Amino acid sequence: MDTTAIGGCAPEAAICARGIIREFEAGQSTIRVLHGIDTDIRSGEMTYVVGESGSGKTTLISIMCGILWPTEGEVKVFGTDIYKLSDTELVNFRLNNIGFIFQQYNLIPSIDAAANAAVPLIAQGVPLHEARERAMVLLDKLNIGDQANKLPRQLSGGQQQRVAIARALVHEPRLVVCDEPTAALDARSGRRVMDLLREVAVAPDRACIIVTHDNRIFDLADRIIVLEDGRITHDGKEMPDDH
Amino acid sequence: MLTGDAQKFYGLLFGIAFSTLLITQQMTIFVNLVERGASGVYNAPEAEVWVMDPVSRTTDVSYAMPSTALDKVRSVPGVEWAVPHLRAQANVRTKDGDLEGVGVIGVDDATLIGLPKRMANGDKSVLFAPDTVVIDDVGVTRLFSNGASPLGERLELNDQRAVIRGVSDAIPSFTSTVVLYTRYSNALNFVPGTRNRLSFVLVGVRKGETPEAVAARIEKETGLKAETREEFAQAGINFIIENTGIPTNFGITVFLGFVVGVAIVGLTFSLFIRDNIKQFGALKAIGVTNRKIMGMVASQAGLVGMIGYALGVIGTVAFIRAFSSNPFFKGFYIPWQIPLISLAAVIVILAITGLIAIRSVLKTEPAAVFR
Repeated sequence: MDTTAIGGCAPEAAICARGIIREFEAGQSTIRVLHGIDTDIRSGEMTYVVGESGSGKTTLISIMCGILWPTEGEVKVFGTDIYKLSDTELVNFRLNNIGFIFQQYNLIPSIDAAANAAVPLIAQGVPLHEARERAMVLLDKLNIGDQANKLPRQLSGGQQQRVAIARALVHEPRLVVCDEPTAALDARSGRRVMDLLREVAVAPDRACIIVTHDNRIFDLADRIIVLEDGRITHDGKEMPDDH
Repeated sequence: MLTGDAQKFYGLLFGIAFSTLLITQQMTIFVNLVERGASGVYNAPEAEVWVMDPVSRTTDVSYAMPSTALDKVRSVPGVEWAVPHLRAQANVRTKDGDLEGVGVIGVDDATLIGLPKRMANGDKSVLFAPDTVVIDDVGVTRLFSNGASPLGERLELNDQRAVIRGVSDAIPSFTSTVVLYTRYSNALNFVPGTRNRLSFVLVGVRKGETPEAVAARIEKETGLKAETREEFAQAGINFIIENTGIPTNFGITVFLGFVVGVAIVGLTFSLFIRDNIKQFGALKAIGVTNRKIMGMVASQAGLVGMIGYALGVIGTVAFIRAFSSNPFFKGFYIPWQIPLISLAAVIVILAITGLIAIRSVLKTEPAAVFR
């Protein structure tokens, strides 16, 4: 496991990405989706990655959290060069260090909310009873403790999202990745979810990345990275005026 | 996941249960049916060795021997007793004027060896009365389908008078032919014959001797063919297997049961995987290994498989019980090997379909969950 710094990477950076290139084969041709991305993601901040559809934000975030190999470049997450890990080591790294909140929640339909929230712990080998107890603490914190025994289909969309948030945080990961968390919500609900995420997912020792193109919540970001055609065109506290 | 999707859960359950039912039920019928080829042997339980003309093959395919064969056999060391046994075909005309082909079995005049062990109605000793025959219980349903008691009924057996005075509890023959038991001396009269009439000599072996040794000795000293009870029963079964299309027909049905199982379970499994591919992708992204996902799917498939298998076996038992009063199914049982074979088939079905279906999960990149 390589923990040495890569060129120009801040020592306090949670994620350090350098020279990220990603290409996809499309029939006879090759499409370059990311053109040499260099960026750091810092702990204690809520970082937005924004851009139009096809700008490469999902590809970038997938590479940053270790679920998609870059064609070229290096990614260090908390000092670990994740693409130098073996497949098994990378899976374990994700399990122990990263929490995911998916746009469609992707809860397992046949198990109740508490068991869904406990999935990462169960995968880590924590005994079922203990895993459920720890999940219950988070569900209570998210004000859906009383729904813990319900199946996902018995919950509203908002409640399912809270279960998904609980699942992302239950194993206390150092990096939380959210994919379009407000895409299906109205403005008020969207802001409520973001407030909730800031409350539970942002911590001094935890980085939180949110992929979105929802301009209604841009003012809630600590930092916004704008991607256009696979290149970073803006990196700052606020959105540029021309967006 | 699987148990939470009612449609697919019941689809899988139906596929496994139907497949198990078809395989178990058809194999049960097949085994019981071919075992009917040995019913003649099973119905004469006292005989430890069957002696016959060398060309005879089964209880129903035999060539008569001269009556002197009985004395020859009796003179062989190790033979405790030897009795004559006649098996022949005849026609009966009933009181209603119906004509029916029957099997006539002549059992030993003195000991009645050759008669089935149990009587369904009446006593074995009725055979000592003149012109008496004992009909097998399957024959009762064939000749007296109106429910009337056969006892005391007169039959015209090859132009001679025969009176039914008892009903035996016998294993039906392969063709479920009506069987009439009578004493050997009566049988000689009932069945018009050739010079040689003795179909078999039934032998009991002396204490301390084995049937195999005595059979070998009889063959050596008399030139006749002698087989132990087990060997002759197996010969009857083999004859059915080798000379009928039954194994092929049942084999095709069992194979179809397997194919139907693979088709239904495979399709349902694939739909289940397709519908939940995002969830599987999410699990992979979170850090659940392929091995754990396979274990998860396997345990759920195993649960569904076991429930479906149990339903299929219960269905077979219910089928056999429901038809137990039907003469065709009389004495049918499920050999313990058949549920094990069905279980193996279910495991193979689940393994084949599960592996095919889960390939897409294993191939799915975790990143797909973001698309």
